[in-house]
Amino acid sequence: MFEAIAFYLFAFLTIAMFYITVTTSQALYALTALAAGMIFISAFFFILGADFLGAVQIVVYSGAVMALYAFGMMFFDTTREVKEKQGNKLIIFGLSSVAAVLLVVIFATPIVSDNITALYPMTEGAGNTQEVGMVLFTKYLVPFEIAAVMLLVAMIAGIVLAGKKMDQSLTLMEEDEIRHMRDEQNKKVLL
Amino acid sequence: METAYLIETVIKIVVILLIFSALAGIGTYFERKVLAFMQRRLGPTNVGPFGLLQVAADGIKLFTKEDIVPSGVVGRIFKFAPVITAATAFMAAAAIPFLPSFTLFGYEVHPIVADINIGILYILGIMGIGLYGPLLGGMASANKFALLSAARGAAVFISYEVITGLSILAPIMMVGSLSLIDFNNYQIDNGWIMFAQPVAFVLFWIAAFAETGRTPFHLIANDHEIIDGFGTEYSGMRWGLFFIGEYANMFFISFVISLIFLGGYGDGSLLGALGFLAKVAFFFFFFLWTRAAWPDVRPDQLMWLCWKVLMPIAVINIIITGIVMM
Repeated sequence: MFEAIAFYLFAFLTIAMFYITVTTSQALYALTALAAGMIFISAFFFILGADFLGAVQIVVYSGAVMALYAFGMMFFDTTREVKEKQGNKLIIFGLSSVAAVLLVVIFATPIVSDNITALYPMTEGAGNTQEVGMVLFTKYLVPFEIAAVMLLVAMIAGIVLAGKKMDQSLTLMEEDEIRHMRDEQNKKVLL
Repeated sequence: METAYLIETVIKIVVILLIFSALAGIGTYFERKVLAFMQRRLGPTNVGPFGLLQVAADGIKLFTKEDIVPSGVVGRIFKFAPVITAATAFMAAAAIPFLPSFTLFGYEVHPIVADINIGILYILGIMGIGLYGPLLGGMASANKFALLSAARGAAVFISYEVITGLSILAPIMMVGSLSLIDFNNYQIDNGWIMFAQPVAFVLFWIAAFAETGRTPFHLIANDHEIIDGFGTEYSGMRWGLFFIGEYANMFFISFVISLIFLGGYGDGSLLGALGFLAKVAFFFFFFLWTRAAWPDVRPDQLMWLCWKVLMPIAVINIIITGIVMM
């Protein structure tokens, strides 16, 4: 019974949070609701007994949304409302409804047709974390490694893009050094 | 069975909440006294014997002060932010075993709310969410100093999370489990992990200072630069909630360090339990000691330290641990 109560509670909370995320015009509300929704989703993992994935969901998304907050801070005055350009509401409503129905169909089809079989049944005596590790390093080894390489590429690319003039620090430079550097840059712009 | 379990859990939660809310108050008293003695002052002396009732006086002040919500703020987020800090601190406590299990009136008590098998990951994740409190409070305050503090909060968060995660990976590889009780039991036979993993111990300890926002890394509310940072616009109990969260976090991270690296409560005897509390007290004292002895670092210095010094050390530590274990 507790499981059912918890499921419906968190289902309601998650949907409410994501609803706020897409409907509000206040950047801070949207980001906070997004973070809350992501954290509420982890409750479903805990209810299903997948503790490891639940905790990972919290760790990963709390960090990811934190980066979004940083962008929000840079681009908006987050205490004011954002004026959005409203397109044709019918098209927005229609497209999102179609997308939602399609998603439900995609996930419901295997359940309806009884096509789900557990290829990798639970190993006796192995904990939650070990189970994830076993599948990750046997069946899904190649996708796992490819994902790792892609992340490495993204990291190196990020460092290369952002790393120009990394050796210079404005805090450590003398006042006239900074002025000199500014003059040099201005000269380039004028030329 | 299920009802009994439910009642037991609720009682445990209430006891932990009450004890640690009170301890957060008493923690401020100790902080003032310790700082005062280190700086050759007296600290609180007037209210009650040795100034002990200062805690109660502060509590009365916080509870009865007018709750001001300034006009330019984002109302709901502003009101909600302190709750995040306090609530997540106590949520993290759910997976910490505070004492070895003992028998009370013929009933065996396990002083841990939920013995989930991924304890450490859960605690670190929830403590990470705790930083949303200062972030949201700072961003919703419509105050430039508060906004600066929020920006620093985000930077600190991204820097120290990496160190905590990587430094703790090597001990996890040795123990082969994420449960704090397994960590404790592993150290009964194999000695304290602190001696096997000194590098990881120091790294985690440094990251704990960033995690709780204590002095060498007290950038998000640095009084002499940005007033009180995210707390500038807060008053009364809302500010008090930030405070309770910070102190509760200090206690909980002390428990976690003692459990992971210093053998925890050992075999569960009375001596082990007392030793465990002594270790926790030492780590709490160390937080205060550092505050008296060290200046704050700049935000860019913290990021430089985390990304360019500590992270490579942590990665090398993991690789060496892996090689040795193979």
